[in-house]
Amino acid sequence: MTARIGVVTFPGSLDDRDALRAANAVGAQAVSLWHKDPSLHDVDAVVLPGGFSYGDYLRCGAISRFSPVMETVISAARDGLPVLGICNGFQVLCEAHLLPGALTRNSHLHFRCKDQALRIENNRTAWTSGYDLGARVVIPVKNGEGLYVADAHTLDALEAEGRIVARYIEGSPNGSMRDIAGVTNEAGNVVGLMPHPEHAIDPLTGPSADGLAFFTSVLKSLVAA
Amino acid sequence: MSIDSVSNAEATPDVDLPFAELGLKDDEYGRIREILGRRPTSCELAMYSVMWSEHCSYKSSRKHLRQFGEKVPPQAREILLVGMGENAGVVDIGQGYAVTFKAESHNHPSYVEPYQGAATGVGGIVRDILTMGARPVGVMDSLRFGPADAPDTHRVLPGVVAGIGGYGNCLGLPNVGGEVAFDPSYYGNPLVNALSVGVMRTDGIKLATAPGPGNKVILFGARTGGDGIGGASVLASATFEAEGERKRPAVQVGDPFAEKVLIECCLEIFAEDLVAGIQDLGAAGLSCATSELASAGTGGMRVVLDTVPLRDPTLAPEEILMSESQERMCAIVEPAKVQRFMEICAKWDVTATVIGEVTDSGRLQIFWRDELVVDVPPRTVAHEGPVYDRPIARPADLDALNADDASALARPSSAPELRETLLRLVSSPNLADKSWVTDQYDRYVLGNTALAMPDDAGVIRVDETTNLGIALALDGNGRYTRLDPYAGAQLALAEAYRNVAASGARPVAITDCLNFGSPEDPEVMWQFTEAIRGIADGCFTLGIPVTGGNVSFYNQTGSTPINPTPVVGVLGVIDDVARRLSIGFKADGDEIYLLGETHDEFGGSEWAHVVHAHLGGRPPAVDLAAEQRLAGLLVEAAARRALASAHDISDGGLAQALVESCLRGGVGAAVTLAGDPFVALFSESSARAVVSVSKADAEGFSQLASQHGVALTRLGVVGGSELEVAGQFAVPLADLRAASTGVFPAIFG
Repeated sequence: MTARIGVVTFPGSLDDRDALRAANAVGAQAVSLWHKDPSLHDVDAVVLPGGFSYGDYLRCGAISRFSPVMETVISAARDGLPVLGICNGFQVLCEAHLLPGALTRNSHLHFRCKDQALRIENNRTAWTSGYDLGARVVIPVKNGEGLYVADAHTLDALEAEGRIVARYIEGSPNGSMRDIAGVTNEAGNVVGLMPHPEHAIDPLTGPSADGLAFFTSVLKSLVAA
Repeated sequence: MSIDSVSNAEATPDVDLPFAELGLKDDEYGRIREILGRRPTSCELAMYSVMWSEHCSYKSSRKHLRQFGEKVPPQAREILLVGMGENAGVVDIGQGYAVTFKAESHNHPSYVEPYQGAATGVGGIVRDILTMGARPVGVMDSLRFGPADAPDTHRVLPGVVAGIGGYGNCLGLPNVGGEVAFDPSYYGNPLVNALSVGVMRTDGIKLATAPGPGNKVILFGARTGGDGIGGASVLASATFEAEGERKRPAVQVGDPFAEKVLIECCLEIFAEDLVAGIQDLGAAGLSCATSELASAGTGGMRVVLDTVPLRDPTLAPEEILMSESQERMCAIVEPAKVQRFMEICAKWDVTATVIGEVTDSGRLQIFWRDELVVDVPPRTVAHEGPVYDRPIARPADLDALNADDASALARPSSAPELRETLLRLVSSPNLADKSWVTDQYDRYVLGNTALAMPDDAGVIRVDETTNLGIALALDGNGRYTRLDPYAGAQLALAEAYRNVAASGARPVAITDCLNFGSPEDPEVMWQFTEAIRGIADGCFTLGIPVTGGNVSFYNQTGSTPINPTPVVGVLGVIDDVARRLSIGFKADGDEIYLLGETHDEFGGSEWAHVVHAHLGGRPPAVDLAAEQRLAGLLVEAAARRALASAHDISDGGLAQALVESCLRGGVGAAVTLAGDPFVALFSESSARAVVSVSKADAEGFSQLASQHGVALTRLGVVGGSELEVAGQFAVPLADLRAASTGVFPAIFG
């Protein structure tokens, strides 16, 4: 019996099929979840994929956060369900207050798609346990609003508690505060990440296979549990 | 407020209608009266005027476009599932898959309002692909602007790029390639050509037809608003004076989120086989969709215009018929399937409304407030517009232009001058690194991109199990075409063909986007007919059919036309996308070869343009047989995994190709050139490529080249951290990179 990883499709989700492919690639059972359906269909972990849910017209993630499925995801996450928010999913997690801070317009004001070098800063979360601490990975980043902001007190706390999951290295793609690419909650089950590990699972279609370990990590933690 | 109904038109035959303001000529208006046997109503006039416009009717080009249907290569019968005339052609790529692709221009809107003009250009071409029943899987764009450092280019280019990115990224379609070029002739008239490609099963093709009396006509997607009405406002204000002058945006406004939802909604509807026919709403909106659907089906349709969901309830019926509001589709659905159709639309929160039904009356009848306001034979609107045989004259200046040969231009003669020339070309806007542009596009979404810019072609995986895939390249060269439109069009075709082959894919079909000045100018019309003849002959020789495309006329500033610019998109098939070839050099010690023959050819070259601001002489000679041999070699070598890299040679010559292969691979090269080093480095002779091969494969590849009849010249080896031309110069990669990548950020911020 393998673990079931659910991927939510909101109207305007774009990388949902990629996230499902990544879950399948590591041997999990990928399950498609629908934004209007509050049931999580017995999944063991949830991915909120990239995209422009509801067109991001009000504020990135602001409307999705109120969808029926998110009500369930929010309470399950508080009970320890592993949740990974990628790009737009990260924005949804911030809007849902499962993660601190917010994501705002890139400092250069452009959408930017780039093969980005990252350093894994925390390998104790449900989604990063398969990485070596300090590992350098190359994973695509692609967004217009990926500049992570939080007040100084929050940033200091994140640093002190080791809750910065990944940092941009070799040049920031968006001007994020303290080069933050991803953060986790206190329990380590909820991770938000601007780069797209689901686009780095096979060198045929991405810059590397460095992203695969996000999915193997959660699978391993679930099977072990 | 009175309604100009059919009975009113019959009762008031002498009312003057503003047909001239809507762009109709006296004789065209006369023909409408003849068809109807009375004066048209204002709604009918709106429909005829927009459907008989150059843009919709192809009235100046139709006579010449027939060549594409007449010079069809025999290979077309094997692979073409749907040919020209539908929304897009469909090609059989094997394993049960069909691919549909098409390029379309959005030049004028992109000049008026760069962001929305370019964005809706992407939206429109993607809907054409979707309409065929396919899931759109990628986009590309070919962009041409005035000089990079000119003030208005700073308004137009960033807006166009942001618009393409803003729409395409939000739609979730990878942008896998294209081109960006600059020339003074585009200063008052940039070219924005967008291509989209989609994939379906061969049994899933949908057509724009309305068969079966009693079947329902369903309009779904966005509500209809007042955007993109253009000329109809003239009509509305002329007819309804009480409402006063209306000011509407002439450029449509795009909503990519609505289109993304519409795509998913349509694909679910297609999967359940719920439509008998479908058409997207693009240019001419409902006028086009209803008249085209009706004329391709049983022949009649009855529409109640009051049922159309409106964003602006004050719209007049003429405006509803002409509105070009985006993200709308029109489907023909059997009554028994309407309920399920509506359920799927509700799932995706897509507004869907039954607005009429198919009839066997042979008439398109449209009602407004219980009055019959349109009663026409649909074919007369959609397909029987005027056809012109415009006068043609070879440009008076062409002989002088051809005589002004580039061989008279001063050439670099010393090693330092050659080095300087190389750096100057590498850092010229046409040849410089384009990542400032392409990084604004998502190339990864959907997870099937096996190759994207700056490689020669975009390669997209179609089947994850078998690794079957497609390749696409989009190319044009306005300078070559200005010097010789027949050869220039063939050179655009040859370049795209070569680019596809260099990626390892077998070229199978083309689409084109023909950008020209005014068809009323006989010299432009000559350029146009020559270019079409060039493409049609070229495709026949290469054995790859034309599947469809688009004509854009009236590209001019004042009375000065743009350089004639046919842009050609070539589709290729690759059996295993893992065998695609990048342009980047791979490993130290790999052998570098030049394929093909180099001649002293500088007419229309990038060197003449950049160094001397010169345009004259003749473009490089076209040799389609040599292109075929080269492509055959590249495709077979890629399939055998005999190559480490391959890069087509075009603008900027061998020098530029070497620089790009070095920068892409992050590794240097040392080459030795035979003959005149200037010609070897910068000539733009066609049918050439530069490849790298591992030492172990070198002997076998050399034999393969000889079997294919392709001239092969060893240039040197991959390695080191500079590009070294023996006996001439060496440039560190870091300097080349800085020269190439610094240009766009320095100009555009």
